[in-house]
Amino acid sequence: MPLLKRRTKRDAEIPSGSMADIAFLLLIFFLLVTTINTEKGIYMQLPPKLDEQVEPPEIKDRNLLVILVNNNGDVLVEGEFMRVDAIRGEIVKHITNEGRDPGYSENPDKAVVSFKTERALSYERYVEVLDEIKGAYIDVRNQYANQLAGVDYPTYLARLDEDDVDEVKEKYPLKISLAEPDPG
Amino acid sequence: MSAHFKKKGQSKQEIPTASLPDIIFMLLIFFMVTTVLRETELLVITRLPQASAVEKIDQKRLIQYVYVGQNRETGESGVQINDALIDDMTDIRDAMYRRLVEEPATIVSLNVDREIETGYLYDVQQELREADALRVNYSTASEAPQ
Repeated sequence: MPLLKRRTKRDAEIPSGSMADIAFLLLIFFLLVTTINTEKGIYMQLPPKLDEQVEPPEIKDRNLLVILVNNNGDVLVEGEFMRVDAIRGEIVKHITNEGRDPGYSENPDKAVVSFKTERALSYERYVEVLDEIKGAYIDVRNQYANQLAGVDYPTYLARLDEDDVDEVKEKYPLKISLAEPDPG
Repeated sequence: MSAHFKKKGQSKQEIPTASLPDIIFMLLIFFMVTTVLRETELLVITRLPQASAVEKIDQKRLIQYVYVGQNRETGESGVQINDALIDDMTDIRDAMYRRLVEEPATIVSLNVDREIETGYLYDVQQELREADALRVNYSTASEAPQ
């Protein structure tokens, strides 16, 4: 008889108090384990479709820095051969010229970098040169942000409020022209 | 005899339901995590080039993936949008146009193989321009390519 009595008293419930904790633990685990692969790459704006009626805007020769890469992967800046690691400095010089040297741009707002390649060039080289061009702009922007706020451009950008004017971008707008490719 | 029956009736036979929401919640999370939303099978080889001046794109829903590379079977250059290969270059225009109607701020992520000639890339870009899909992103590898 005492044996039967004990049986009735026994609590048959599974303790559920910690269930929520287990669920949360699992949630956190999966949140951490899941990799959110963000897309990384070189962002570019393609030129709009050519309109026959509208004449393309005139750009003064001094404001335009023409970079041409031929099929062998040789880089020609304004018609002169240049090493890939040297073009970054050349572009920085071009953007930040402020009208001092007559061979370079009048001001950063007017400065345009034109990038063109021959058709048989490999994409790897294309990205390599484009990377340098982008890098030059990043360098210039970082420098200016450092002058303004004493921090790098991304940090400066993160500190801006939504209605604040991005002065760095205003001063050094990204003007890379992907030139019309040659036919054939 | 009667005492025996009485005892049996007294014992609780219910399954505890207090933790049921948690279990459901747990299962929900499990399936949310394990479900892969439409994994695209690559029909072209895309070995991405490396670059350092890269930006991150956080708004994943804006991205339209375009793969350019050698066809895995035939070895010819080909273009893949989502999970289908493009037969004709002008199909890119149509696909992009349709996508832009849905999402005007679409960013086209170009996953292009290293060996692809830029001439071929230009042809693809001309099609993008025709469709007015001007925001592109040259996708790059951050680590050493496999």
